[in-house]
Amino acid sequence: MTALEVDKLSHSFGGLTALADVSLAVAPGERLAIIGPNGAGKTTLFNIVTGIFRPSAGRIRLFGQDVTRLPTHRRAQLGLARTFQISTLFPRLTVLDSVLLAVQGLDPARFTLHRRRAVYGHLLERAEALLADWGLADRAGQVTRQLSYGEQRQVELILALAGAPKVLLLDEPTAGLSPAETASVAEMIRRFSRETTILLIEHDMDVALDLVDRVTVLFQGRVLAEGRTDEIRGNPKVAAIYFGTDDA
Amino acid sequence: MRVASVAAALAVLIALPAVLSSYQLGLVTKMLIFGIFAMSLDLLLGYAGLPSLGHAAYFGVAAYTVGLLALRVANNFWIDFPAGLLMAAGVSALFGLFALRTRGSYFLMITLALGQVLWGIAFGWRSLTGGDDGLPSVPRPHVPLPWSLTEGVPFYYFVLIFFGLAVGALALIVSSPFGKALVGIRESERRMEVLGYDVWRYKYVAFILAGLFAGLAGNLFVYFNGFVGPSYLNILFSASALLMVILGGSGTLLGPAIGAAVIVGLENFISGYMERWVLVLGIIYVLVTLFAPNGLVGLVRRRLGHSAT
Repeated sequence: MTALEVDKLSHSFGGLTALADVSLAVAPGERLAIIGPNGAGKTTLFNIVTGIFRPSAGRIRLFGQDVTRLPTHRRAQLGLARTFQISTLFPRLTVLDSVLLAVQGLDPARFTLHRRRAVYGHLLERAEALLADWGLADRAGQVTRQLSYGEQRQVELILALAGAPKVLLLDEPTAGLSPAETASVAEMIRRFSRETTILLIEHDMDVALDLVDRVTVLFQGRVLAEGRTDEIRGNPKVAAIYFGTDDA
Repeated sequence: MRVASVAAALAVLIALPAVLSSYQLGLVTKMLIFGIFAMSLDLLLGYAGLPSLGHAAYFGVAAYTVGLLALRVANNFWIDFPAGLLMAAGVSALFGLFALRTRGSYFLMITLALGQVLWGIAFGWRSLTGGDDGLPSVPRPHVPLPWSLTEGVPFYYFVLIFFGLAVGALALIVSSPFGKALVGIRESERRMEVLGYDVWRYKYVAFILAGLFAGLAGNLFVYFNGFVGPSYLNILFSASALLMVILGGSGTLLGPAIGAAVIVGLENFISGYMERWVLVLGIIYVLVTLFAPNGLVGLVRRRLGHSAT
């Protein structure tokens, strides 16, 4: 069975075609990079898979279940998580409170309004364990917007991991980072559980190819090429769009 | 520290009737009632990040319900009081369906418009609501207690009990997983959806709860005042509630109650000298925005060296 299957997905904004007939399938535990120049439709694809946009045509299946018409939060309940390219963290909350929200999101206690959250010790334990695991324990009490940009990107990843997702979509996790920060975020992704299926959008082809098993290249809303990392590295069409026409 | 200051405040509130004149006690009673009203609005504005400009609707609907039942049907506390709450919750459940389709300034406009619809009904349907004469001589309820609520001191304690219950309930709500989720929604709705939260459902429940507590304030107010008119449904009243919240400190539990006390006190004081109360309200708004954007609570916290949240 596939973890995530995208079947002939199309989407347009007004008259502008963002995605046309995009199909891809990812096996459980597999890591797939989606690369392509700006405007290729990578983030649009993530927005459709997570239910933020409704596609004009096509289906999305999560472990065989058709989720094309499910709202975003229901997909999250099924084990789909994502990060954002532009940070949408909780700027005025502390790091610990943010992670607590993420942990609580898939817990049955999330609707409770007649008991204090402090009663739910397991939520706090899990949040603290996550922060300790990923080396941010000493930042727990800090307000998110006071963290460095690199640390905020790490929080972004921790929030996505909090629910122990089955399928994780990472949207340019290293965008805007220094080489050193990029290396530490890449290291973090490498450490993610192999049971988590990962789709990675990455601008930096070297970073991307290093982290994944397989690559899909999007160009102008269509799948231009797909294959193992070594096949993509040597693909002349991919080289052409990356070094010939990508002016971004 | 926190528990001690709450206990101290409670002790002061309980002791007040011993030291205040009956006029002053009436003023404090009004402060408590408007404090509940402002706290109910803060659940939307400060916690869920929903700026409602029509919150008077639920206050007014409850006040009119209790007033009409007490005058035209029966002055029975056990029927009238729950009916007021039920109507407030019912109207907010209905209005929430429309208002929560929008966000930001559109939310502000639609809550304003819905509130004005009720104002229009109260103003225009003279045979039921008395039009702009309102409903005068609403009697206070009979409760099975040795004291009559027509007296100032027993009525003060009657209100104080509801104030305490409201503070307790709201404190529990904002520290519950539900309340924490509301804050998350205020900070980033999209993120919360992706984390598995049914954002609409949270906002809707918050909207109804806010309406319910506003209704509680409306219930108490019509008993306190013995009168309700369309001015308790209109935009000016909604706007003063917003000002109470912002002045006290939105997103804090007790800040809005403090803001309400200050506004009620100032209005009472200034009305003795001039008629331009609305002008003064406007000036307060400007001053708060410029010098205390986090409200009085934020100001005190900054002085004490805490970070405002």
